[in-house]
Amino acid sequence: MRIWASKPCGGKKAEMADHLYDAPFEHLLRELAPQVLGAVARRFRDFSSAEDAVQEAMISAFTQWPQKGVPDNPRGWLIQVACRRMTDQVRSEIARRERETVVAAEAESLPPTLEIEADMDPDDTLILLFMCCHPALTPSSAIALTLRAVGGLTTAEIANAFLVPEATMAQRISRAKQTIKDSGVPFRLPAPHERTERLPAVLRVLYLIFSEGYASSIGSHLQRLDLAREAIRLTRSTKTLLADNPEVAGLLALMLLTDARRRARTGPDEELIPLDKQDRTLWDRAEISEGIELLTAALSRASVGLYQLQAAIAAVHDEAERVENTDWPQILALYELLKEIAPSPMVTLNHAIAAAMVHGPAKGLELLRALDSDPRIARHYRLDAVRAHLFEKMSDHEAAIKHYRIAAARTTSLPERNYLITQAARLAGN
Amino acid sequence: MKYILMMTGKKSDFEGYARWSKADLQANVSFMRAFSKELKDSGVFVSTEGLGWPSEAKLVRAGKNGEPITDGVFPESKEFLAGYWIIDVESPDQAYKVAARASQAPGPGGKPANMPIEVRPVLSGHADLGL
Repeated sequence: MRIWASKPCGGKKAEMADHLYDAPFEHLLRELAPQVLGAVARRFRDFSSAEDAVQEAMISAFTQWPQKGVPDNPRGWLIQVACRRMTDQVRSEIARRERETVVAAEAESLPPTLEIEADMDPDDTLILLFMCCHPALTPSSAIALTLRAVGGLTTAEIANAFLVPEATMAQRISRAKQTIKDSGVPFRLPAPHERTERLPAVLRVLYLIFSEGYASSIGSHLQRLDLAREAIRLTRSTKTLLADNPEVAGLLALMLLTDARRRARTGPDEELIPLDKQDRTLWDRAEISEGIELLTAALSRASVGLYQLQAAIAAVHDEAERVENTDWPQILALYELLKEIAPSPMVTLNHAIAAAMVHGPAKGLELLRALDSDPRIARHYRLDAVRAHLFEKMSDHEAAIKHYRIAAARTTSLPERNYLITQAARLAGN
Repeated sequence: MKYILMMTGKKSDFEGYARWSKADLQANVSFMRAFSKELKDSGVFVSTEGLGWPSEAKLVRAGKNGEPITDGVFPESKEFLAGYWIIDVESPDQAYKVAARASQAPGPGGKPANMPIEVRPVLSGHADLGL
């Protein structure tokens, strides 16, 4: 991080391989945000106000650093600005309460910034992550709050990524913070047993940020923030904090192994290209190797979890340089394990695809019938899309066309709808 | 001034669209993409959305205790919104020109479909009334 210190911005773009960051200090700001918030929240024992103060400090940095250059001690700078903001708040609170003695004493006893800085704890980011992924929050609130408090993004950037107005996103975040306040969670790391219990919720939020980014990365959204990259960054930092946890490593591997195919999954007209038709030379080899390395290390430990298994499946696909070389029996075995440890209708669906690849489409269709009575998936477009695909493999074009069209009507994604009606049209031979 | 340009059709139009040939579908999709880009490049684009098909549409009313009562049965003659663009232009004539361009989206056989586009002014907020 030192390389950024006291350097004016501009002309450093080459060092940021990632196009995500428009200004060279954005990366630094995002890294610092949770540390600064941790220090301020601990000192003032008020997560919600501290979060607002840090957001304002970030916005000040965005406006001031481009002109004045990055300060020598950017973290100290941010803490100072945020603390000043907090102190102002406390002061106006005093005025409002007509100098209530307790609060006044609080304001007088504020330590100098340097002291707060020394107070920094490497677990702060982890505390924030557990707080923002609190089970009392809805997924969309947890995602927004995590991106802001842990990811160091501005409300405007998050709103832009989800294509909602900024005011809507601001409200979503403030309601999320209220929920946390009401739940009375203290600002400290959950006890070890509680941490184990709550980790799946954290991983799920990170996973949802990634899949939102991956799904919306189709189309000309160049001005949109890249949520998939943001999720990878957050998961990477979570992994350094929970180095012993194989599921965190599994999740990071899954993201990398999926993201590796990004360039291959859309054509020149932004049309979707399914896995079996992708130009595999476009896959990102560096991401694949890193994913496989992470996964291998994670799998050598004791427990195998849901993310490691999904990453393993992604790895088997990624390792096949030609689609014909895909090791389907291994994928099938992995789905069977996944069905045992984390059963869900989507897993059953994917298991049926793998079974079809190993034992033929009729076997796949037979397994899919179990899902017709499951209200969680019976009307989901993917069930029809998979059926269509399997009927096509059996050369039952009439049934395939029918299911492609049902799937097209049910999907909520425009690129997917275009893909599905085009498949039907292709089989109809017109 | 902002205008909304609405593409509408009957249920049968949507069903017909799902049966276009592959080449016709591709031409239509490419046109729509290029059209949105044109709007952005010319600085008039505000927003655009495409909607799910009528088969997924529901009519909702509040029941006795405010619970939703849904109905999915619609008369054949009903026009459904397929999608819209909102543009910010200098005059109604400019909005009509943009709408005419959308109307030229290729239909079956690649010929311009000349589909009707409903153009309506989008009302502005109080600021414009000086309130």
